[in-house]
Amino acid sequence: MTETRHADVVVLGAGLAGLTAAVRLAEAGLKVVTVAKGLGSLRLAPATIDILGYAPQRVDSPTASLPGFVAAHPQHPYSLVSAQVLAASVSWLKDHVDGYSYVGEPSTNMLLPTAIGVPRPSAVVPKTMVGGDIRDLSTVAVAGLRVLKDFHPALAAENLQAAAAAAGLSLQVRPVMLDVPVDGEVDVGTLALARHFSDKKFRTAVGAELRRALSDEQAVGVPAVLGLDDVQEVWSQFTEEVGKPVFEIPTIPPSVPGMRLAALLQARFRAAGGRLVLGAQATGPELRDGKLVGVRVAAAARETPRLCRWVVLATGGLASGGIDVDLAGHAAETALGLPVRGPGADQAAFLPSYLADHPIDTIGLTVDANLRPAGPDGEPVYQNLRAAGAIIGGARPWREKSGDGISLSTGYLAAESILQEAR
Amino acid sequence: MTAEHTEGWQGLELMRGSLDHCVKCTICETACPVAAVTPLFPGPKYVGPQAERFRTHEPSVDSSLDYCSSCGICTLSCPQGVHVAEINSQARAAMKKQRGIPLRDQLIARSGLEGKLGTPVAPLANLVLGNSLVRALTERTIGIHRDAPLPKFAGRTFQGWARRRPPSETTTDKVVYFHGCSTNYFEPGLGRMTVAVLEHNGFSVVVPPQDCCGLPLQSNGIFDTARSYVRRLVAHLVPYARQGYKIVATSTSCGLMLKREAIEILGVADDDLRLVSEHTYDICEFLADLAADGRLRTDFRPVPLKITYHAPCQQQGHNIGKPALDLFDLVPGLTVVELDRACCGIAGTYGLKREKYDIAMQVGSGLFADIVGANPDLSICDSETCRWQITHGTGKTSAHPVEILHRAYGL
Ligand SMILES: Cc1cc2nc3c(=O)[nH]c(=O)nc-3n(C[C@H](O)[C@H](O)[C@H](O)COP(=O)(O)OP(=O)(O)OC[C@H]3O[C@@H](n4cnc5c(N)ncnc54)[C@H](O)[C@@H]3O)c2cc1C
Ligand code: SF4
Ligand code: SF4
Repeated sequence: MTETRHADVVVLGAGLAGLTAAVRLAEAGLKVVTVAKGLGSLRLAPATIDILGYAPQRVDSPTASLPGFVAAHPQHPYSLVSAQVLAASVSWLKDHVDGYSYVGEPSTNMLLPTAIGVPRPSAVVPKTMVGGDIRDLSTVAVAGLRVLKDFHPALAAENLQAAAAAAGLSLQVRPVMLDVPVDGEVDVGTLALARHFSDKKFRTAVGAELRRALSDEQAVGVPAVLGLDDVQEVWSQFTEEVGKPVFEIPTIPPSVPGMRLAALLQARFRAAGGRLVLGAQATGPELRDGKLVGVRVAAAARETPRLCRWVVLATGGLASGGIDVDLAGHAAETALGLPVRGPGADQAAFLPSYLADHPIDTIGLTVDANLRPAGPDGEPVYQNLRAAGAIIGGARPWREKSGDGISLSTGYLAAESILQEAR
Repeated sequence: MTAEHTEGWQGLELMRGSLDHCVKCTICETACPVAAVTPLFPGPKYVGPQAERFRTHEPSVDSSLDYCSSCGICTLSCPQGVHVAEINSQARAAMKKQRGIPLRDQLIARSGLEGKLGTPVAPLANLVLGNSLVRALTERTIGIHRDAPLPKFAGRTFQGWARRRPPSETTTDKVVYFHGCSTNYFEPGLGRMTVAVLEHNGFSVVVPPQDCCGLPLQSNGIFDTARSYVRRLVAHLVPYARQGYKIVATSTSCGLMLKREAIEILGVADDDLRLVSEHTYDICEFLADLAADGRLRTDFRPVPLKITYHAPCQQQGHNIGKPALDLFDLVPGLTVVELDRACCGIAGTYGLKREKYDIAMQVGSGLFADIVGANPDLSICDSETCRWQITHGTGKTSAHPVEILHRAYGL
């Protein structure tokens, strides 16, 4: 009888880490099946590849700061990512999302405004956002649409101006509110607006209105709703309409830039022959003689093993369900039952201050140099398993602004390590 | 708690309980195909976990729920495991119970009955239903859109053929075929091809007598009758499940009814149903599993066709990926274009309704454009109502994946 195998690699999770690993492996000719409980957090995130923004002071050059940062945080996932791998993963991404050009290098952080006007250090970002780098600007407008109730130009402008001043930059920021009606819509979110922007008539109307409202600003920032898969066209035509450089500012979820990036990576995966199994949760390892030969997957009506040679675990952290912590503080890795490095059950759930560092921030797996999840003894639990993304412990992505940089580079590295064995 | 709730309680609690997992991330909103095309529907997060908190036994003032097509894509996409579509289906049934179920929904929910009535008079029935004046009248009086795709009665049932056919060669491998109403009354050819493909792989195929699984009733909110239908079907199938035989379904949505929806949406708590559920397989899932085990015959002849493949939303609800693609990989000469659209719009009987027809066509428009653009010889899809909708939207013939295998085996 032939040996049953459903794939060379099963990737668990369809976030940035899982998709990066999956696309790379599939393009290298391996048969890859991605199993995901749901869509990953890319669709919520701004789709900027933030590598290192704070350490804890604001970082101007991630590549210059990383050696010192890693020395101070030996348990950090970046301790496993060399400068070469980081650079390679960034150029890999740029090559793979040509439908949505990315610019920037790990050597330099730009300072891009958020929706509430905080300048955010970001290294590699969609071309549509680059124009918002406040290091290059002296007068700028922030424009909103009145129908979009989750984006407040006045708030963004005031905060941005103050933050720029505090950073020693002289920047004038003016808020602009546009009244362009949206037919038939009661409650317009970012996604609905992005779909309206695909309509030439609508974006021409908004563009004309915005042109009238601007005076001598160098550039204008708008919520990131300039189309979905047609963003290049929408953005350049809208810019023409406005008559000045227009840049996108990421919004609260749903994140249109995140949807664009996720869609492009998924399309790449499909084009490379990859297969996505959605709505299916990994529930445990499939073992033969203690060896990992696949993953148990819960689908409608039953749980079945998906057999493979390698597994990539990219199920995200606490927020995505990759790790679960019960009320008593017991932590569990949900897909394969791996040992978790965390605060432990005796840790106080609450700290004296809301924003204080909590030990749970860094909860996750310990991995070896090849990203193989390791037990307390430091030895890999399974030789043919790799972890990538937020499931790896030791980082504080929202403080460091490192989340997508970690996911991209470890997803890339996990694939690299498997490809070396496969060759 | 009403009497009706007691029967459905288990499913209800199971699904409703999941709403506390909602973190309001809006990922489901980015995936819902209905919210993408109409402002009449505010989207899964709003209508599902959010509005559900406000639904009590009082009639709700918010009717937007009715525009949910129950395609299930929100449930698939939610990373937190919220059963959005199931919550919506249950809430809609409760709403319809409060408001009364329109005659139209009562009618289109009974595909088995329609099949029984239409089959003996098929030529006449097809003529009448093909008449544009009749369709215009039906739209005005009942509310079935005049252009909505309706199938043609085959005139002969698959059951009739199955009873007359010589029994499969007796082999130790027995498999049970759940063909569903559409194969029985509208596409008996698909049933014959399925039997041939299974027999070619050494299975002896049992076709037990069977009736409607109740899915159209369920999606029209008629839960009581749907429950009795699914129980009746389970009674036909459970003796085989008890003996450990697998049950294969070519109607992917009816298969899903047995696997999951009868339990999760109708809340039928029944050991027999669970047993049948565990033994039910989508035909492509079943065949692809055989292939992975090296047990599928691969004496395929080249099929020099270009096909597009659309995995319908109901097929995705099985959480098995797209096993049809694994099967197509084995067929020489076949050019396959995998389509990446979530839904064709029809969602069972949704797109037939006068007030929803345009929405359904808009939901499907991306898929139709992709198919027309690819210009395939055949457009392949696992679900019958979706095939009819695709043909309606593209003018192209649409067929079940089994048809490709049947050709490739030269049967
Ligand atoms: C609101 C928000 C804002 C963010 N902002 C930024 C930012 O400004 N800068 C930045 O760099 N990064 C940002 N991020 C990214 C974030 O920091 C993450 O680090 C990163 O996206 C994690 O990617 P991942 O691929 O590891 O996991 P995720 O994207 O979380 O994907 C996890 C995947 O695993 C699946 N899964 C989980 N458990 C199972 C299971 N048992 N079986 C099968 N599948 C499973 C999930 O459904 C999902 O598909 C943001 C994220 C969010 C949510
Ligand atoms: S995807 Fe799930 S968690 Fe997110 S908003 Fe929708 S139901 Fe809530
Ligand atoms: S079932 Fe389909 S139509 Fe209904 S809310 Fe979910 S995704 Fe939207």
